[in-house]
Amino acid sequence: MSRSTLDLWVGIFVTIGLGAILFLALKVGNLLTVGNTPGYRLEANFDNIGGLKVRAPVKAAGVVVGRVEDIRLDPKMYVAVVNMRIDQAYTFSKDSIAAINTSGLLGEQYVSVDSGGDTTMLKDGDRIAHTQSAVVIEKLISQFLFDKASAPPAGAKP
Amino acid sequence: MPADALGMVGNRIRAIGASAIGAIARLGHASRFLIAILVHSPGAFRRLHLTIREIYFAGVLSLVIILVSGLFVGMVLALQGYDVLVRYGSAESLGVLVALSLVREMGPVVAGLLFASRAGSAITAEIGLMKATEQLSAMEMMAVDPLARVVAPRFWGGVISMPLVAALFSTMGVYGGYLVGVRLIGIDAGSFWGQMQSAVDFRQDIVNGIIKSVVFGVAVSLIAVFEGYYSKPTAEGVSSATTRTVVVSSLAILALDFVLTVFMFRGVR
Repeated sequence: MSRSTLDLWVGIFVTIGLGAILFLALKVGNLLTVGNTPGYRLEANFDNIGGLKVRAPVKAAGVVVGRVEDIRLDPKMYVAVVNMRIDQAYTFSKDSIAAINTSGLLGEQYVSVDSGGDTTMLKDGDRIAHTQSAVVIEKLISQFLFDKASAPPAGAKP
Repeated sequence: MPADALGMVGNRIRAIGASAIGAIARLGHASRFLIAILVHSPGAFRRLHLTIREIYFAGVLSLVIILVSGLFVGMVLALQGYDVLVRYGSAESLGVLVALSLVREMGPVVAGLLFASRAGSAITAEIGLMKATEQLSAMEMMAVDPLARVVAPRFWGGVISMPLVAALFSTMGVYGGYLVGVRLIGIDAGSFWGQMQSAVDFRQDIVNGIIKSVVFGVAVSLIAVFEGYYSKPTAEGVSSATTRTVVVSSLAILALDFVLTVFMFRGVR
């Protein structure tokens, strides 16, 4: 085989190989949209974040409007501080409610933001005042069991 | 009689010790061989067409087996993954399952195993046969260093080809998963790609997968040239060296994969 055909084949091989890495980075790993997302930051304090993770979606009415950027514990108040980056296209009113919900029974947890009726909007760095913590299944079950146990048995005479 | 039995046991233990020392010595020998290759590499890169020729033999000629097996591995992963995921009502996570298992594990490992048996064995057989027919000695007589002329180009050809081949394998696998998941089963294409993109991290998953494939490339290429260069110069010696290349490099890939996975993904999530 002559050297130029060899060079051609190796060139094709290297090109499609690098193309495959690029495909993995852009299409599978979504390198472009994650990392340098333009947008503004919002903060919310939760008593319990359950299984919320960094990079979890922030949804409004089920539409993804941003991502969780950072989660840490406030050392004085003992509440979880969740930082979110919200897409510039969306604004939310000052009296919005942030809640941690689960998609499906075993699905991932996400932050849902429900906008209120206030006319002033949240700006970069603002805090969402009204929050609703994640529902912890164990607590729910134990609450249900204790309620059952303390209630008089069905059919018992008062 | 007891002294005889004691002698037998002693011989057994001695044999174990000898084989352990032999294995360690072989490892040290291979490490010194790697350093010798690296020292001779600048000379090999001055004649770049030698390395390009080896990329052709190691990479381009492996393309068909890599692309076809990547496609089928991805399709099977999608079928099996769907079967399990649909029980939990999360069939949309199929893209995540296919992409993560391919990019993190299957891509580098399966491509590495295929690469070892397709390209590694060919390199060993070629160098071993050159040695058996005294071509290497003839080169030395003509003051041509066989390390720079024969071994280093083959080593670098393998090291360069391996990450590209693994990336192609993963890409074909993801495409195969897309074909089965979206086209055949009918999962929504938007959630297939969307969930995949939000779950696969570039640094954590893709870069670590590429690092794995580079490490496997170095291991397979080194084992292949080492076994070929130090094979017994007989027909039998070459054949057993080729077998050893495939066996040892497959085991090395699996062992290295475990070690790398422990370090890379222990702290994830």
